[in-house]
Parts: sequence; C-alpha cells; structure tokens
Amino acid sequence: MNTEAVPLLRVRGLSHSYGAHVGCLDVGFDLWPGEVLGVVGESGSGKTTLLGCLAGRLSPASGSVWFTTRGGRPVDMLRLGEAERRRLLRTDWGIVHQNPRDGLRMRVTAGANVSERLMAVGERHYGRLRETALAWLAQVEIDDDRVDDLPETFSGGMQQRLQIARNLVTRPRLVLMDEPTGGLDVSVQARLLDLLRGLVADLDLSAIVVTHDLAVTRLLTHRLLVMRRGEVVESGLTDQVLDDPQHPYTQLLVSSVLPP
Amino acid sequence: MTDAIAVFDLDKTFTLHTQGGIRLRVLRGVNLTVRWGDCVVLADPSGSGKSTLLRAIYGNYVPQAGHIHVRHGDAVVDMVGAAPRTVLDVRRRTVGYVSQFLRVVPRVPALEIVIEPLRALGVPRLEALERGRAMLERLRIPDRLWTLSPVTFSGGEQQRVNVARGLVVGYPILLLDEPTASLDTASRGVVVDLIAEARGRGTAIVGTFHDADVRIALATRVVTLHEASAA
Repeated sequence: MNTEAVPLLRVRGLSHSYGAHVGCLDVGFDLWPGEVLGVVGESGSGKTTLLGCLAGRLSPASGSVWFTTRGGRPVDMLRLGEAERRRLLRTDWGIVHQNPRDGLRMRVTAGANVSERLMAVGERHYGRLRETALAWLAQVEIDDDRVDDLPETFSGGMQQRLQIARNLVTRPRLVLMDEPTGGLDVSVQARLLDLLRGLVADLDLSAIVVTHDLAVTRLLTHRLLVMRRGEVVESGLTDQVLDDPQHPYTQLLVSSVLPP
Repeated sequence: MTDAIAVFDLDKTFTLHTQGGIRLRVLRGVNLTVRWGDCVVLADPSGSGKSTLLRAIYGNYVPQAGHIHVRHGDAVVDMVGAAPRTVLDVRRRTVGYVSQFLRVVPRVPALEIVIEPLRALGVPRLEALERGRAMLERLRIPDRLWTLSPVTFSGGEQQRVNVARGLVVGYPILLLDEPTASLDTASRGVVVDLIAEARGRGTAIVGTFHDADVRIALATRVVTLHEASAA
C-alpha cells in the first residue's frame, strides 16, 4: 500500500432508506490507494445497501461519493452525468457479485467474458484480445483449454474466478466485492482468498469487500467498518477491531464465531 | 525525541459488554522509555499485562488514555489514536512484532510467509527469497518444508517461521512476546543469537521471555509493570 496524500474514495453522509426502513444512515469513510476495506455486519445491517449506493445501483437520498480520477480530479459519482459515470464505472471500477451469474454473461464463452470488458474500452484487435483473455484466465488459475467453454460448464469456484478476471482485465483502480467467497466450499474459499490476496497486492488495487465472514476480513482487509442497523458503529485497523473490539455489537460479532 | 519508544501514563481497560459489562483494568498509568540498543525485558508474572502493553505499542489494542511515542523515520508517531494507515506504515517500516503463535494461512508456503514483510517494503522478489532462505536455514527449518504451508508444522517449527518473518526485515524496533516459548535448546540458542545481533545493531527491543537464561543473555534492563505503573 502506498502513502499518496489523496484518498481514492471519499464517502460522506451517505443515507438510503427503503420507505420507512433504514438501509444505511450517514455512512462516511475514506479509502486510500492500495487499501482494502472490509464491511462487516449481520444480514440486514446495511452493508449491501452501502455497496449498492457506491456502485450506482441505488440512488441514495443524501451524501456524496468523491472518487479521484486517474487525472487526480475528484468527482462526485452521485452527481456526475450519466455518460461519464458509466464510463468511469467501466474503466476504473470493478464489481464482483456474490453470485457469479450476476456478473458473468452465461451465454458467451469464458474468453469472451474476459475480452468483452476490454472491447468496451476500445480494444478491437482479435489476437491481442485472445492473448489477454488467456493471460487473465491463467492468472485466476483457469486452464487455457477452457477458454472456449461456457461459464455454465464451470464449477462455482471457477465461475467466481472467471468473474474476477472479467473485472480485473481493464485494470480498475477500485473493486467492490459482495461476499466474494459466499456460497463456496471451504477449500475453494481458501484458494480464492489466496488468489485475491495476491492480486490485490500485485496490482496495488483498492477494494471494498462486504462479507459476514470475519476470517475473510482478517486475511484480506487492512481496515474494517462494522455496520449495524444501517450505521457504522465501529471502524479501525482490521486486527485491532477483531482483537480488541470496542463496541458491544462488535464484541458480540467477534465472540459469536470461532477465532478468525 | 532520541528514544525509540516512550510510553506515558498508559491506561488499558477492557470492558466486556457480552459478559455483563465487566471492566478489567490491565494497565494503569504505565511509563516506559526504550533507547536504541536497549533490550527491555518485562518480568511480571503471567496475567499482569505484558502482552497487552506489547500489543498496545503495536497498535493492536486500543488504550483508553496515555501516549505511546514511537520514532518512525524522521517523525514521532503517537500509536494511541494514530490513523490506521499510519499504524500500517509504522508496522511496515519500523516495528516488528513476534508472538509465540503463527497465524497460518492455508496454501501459503513457509518461505512466502517469511518474505511477505520484505515484499511489502518493495524488496525485489529474488533478493527477498535469498534473505528468507538464509533466515530459515539459520533457524534450522529443513528446506523440504520451505514450500509447504506451515499448517502441518510442529509448534516449534511454526514458532521459528514466525521468528524468521519477524526478524528478516531488520526493523529498528522489535516487540517480542515469548519468542522462545516452545523451542528446544538448540533452536532457542539460535533465536537468542539473532536477537542479540539485532540489539548489537542498535535495535530497540521490548520483550517477554519465560526462560531465565534467555533473559540473562538478552536483557539490558529488566522492569516490571508494577514498577512502571502509577501507584
């Protein structure tokens, strides 16, 4: 992680409700280049709502999401014109969904899933597209003889790795992940986590990882936000929050699981 | 500040909200100064807060009051209330911490665990591997184990991997929490030599050591938290 003086993402006062039900309330944090932020809390704590607001899937009632572009210019993603917002999401952001089916195109081949995002940012040369797709499949440990197969024929763990390759091929600067290891077998989880750890470090990625699995945060994240009923009740260095939790709710979360 | 570490009036109380709000006051007004080349040995009985103090200095525990000034490059960082990214930078460049327990990650080989702190500092992979191997060799970990995850290693082997990881960088400050606890005599001797060499290079060390002979070999000063605390 480097020590640049400007955060990549500066979130302030983010609130969203579903009618009378609070989704998230006054959430604020900074994310620095190369930093991985974990968001933890039980189901219904607002972590997926927060991710939805950041990713532009939801329109929060108030707040700002300042993102520093490659040129060093901060833009509020919530007030940006639709065209520029879409362009940034495509080039600079990656979104890894819990269910790979939400992030993959199931009717096109693995290779096409990876090269599609590259084509969307302007690459047209077939040879280069295929070469890049193969290189990324190798990065996520998918054999190159599977490049022309449909994702339908892949296991859950492979689909998740393919989704990660599809996201990272455009070299995004920020990746949002929603329960990236949810629904996978423990052994598959370990492999995926190991892969993510390596990729995050090698590519100097910034990432926000929503999970209910505290062991995942210990391995993958530098810093944690603990959410409860839509609000951030505690934040800090990951090992500090897990080893010396301050808020009663965090203590309950940490003491409710086997030591992560 | 010419000292490596200066702890002032440090208080640490644990409030156990899930156990009826019980409050455990573990550190009470602790003062401690550590100079370069010092090896300060904390010599209280177990349960008196030695590990808590080491973890507070490392930024792993949150004190309720007081200050922990750590010399970090040209700056002085107060680890109490420091921003998470500042704490991470202090850990990356200045302060190493070795406990008696290795946190094992499935699938990550011993050698990779050892060189991770070097890689985080930007040391080229080949050089990092060379230094990692030399450290594992010195700590008598057989080379057939280097490419294996320490999940299946013995307690003593895991502890030596942990020591290798903590000492490979040559941090200016070392916090050692029973680094020799489950080692046989020969391995313990190697670890003592490594720590003594670090001390000789001017490393500031705070540690707890169960064995009397290890204390005698390493301590430049023996203190108890009892003496270091406000009455």
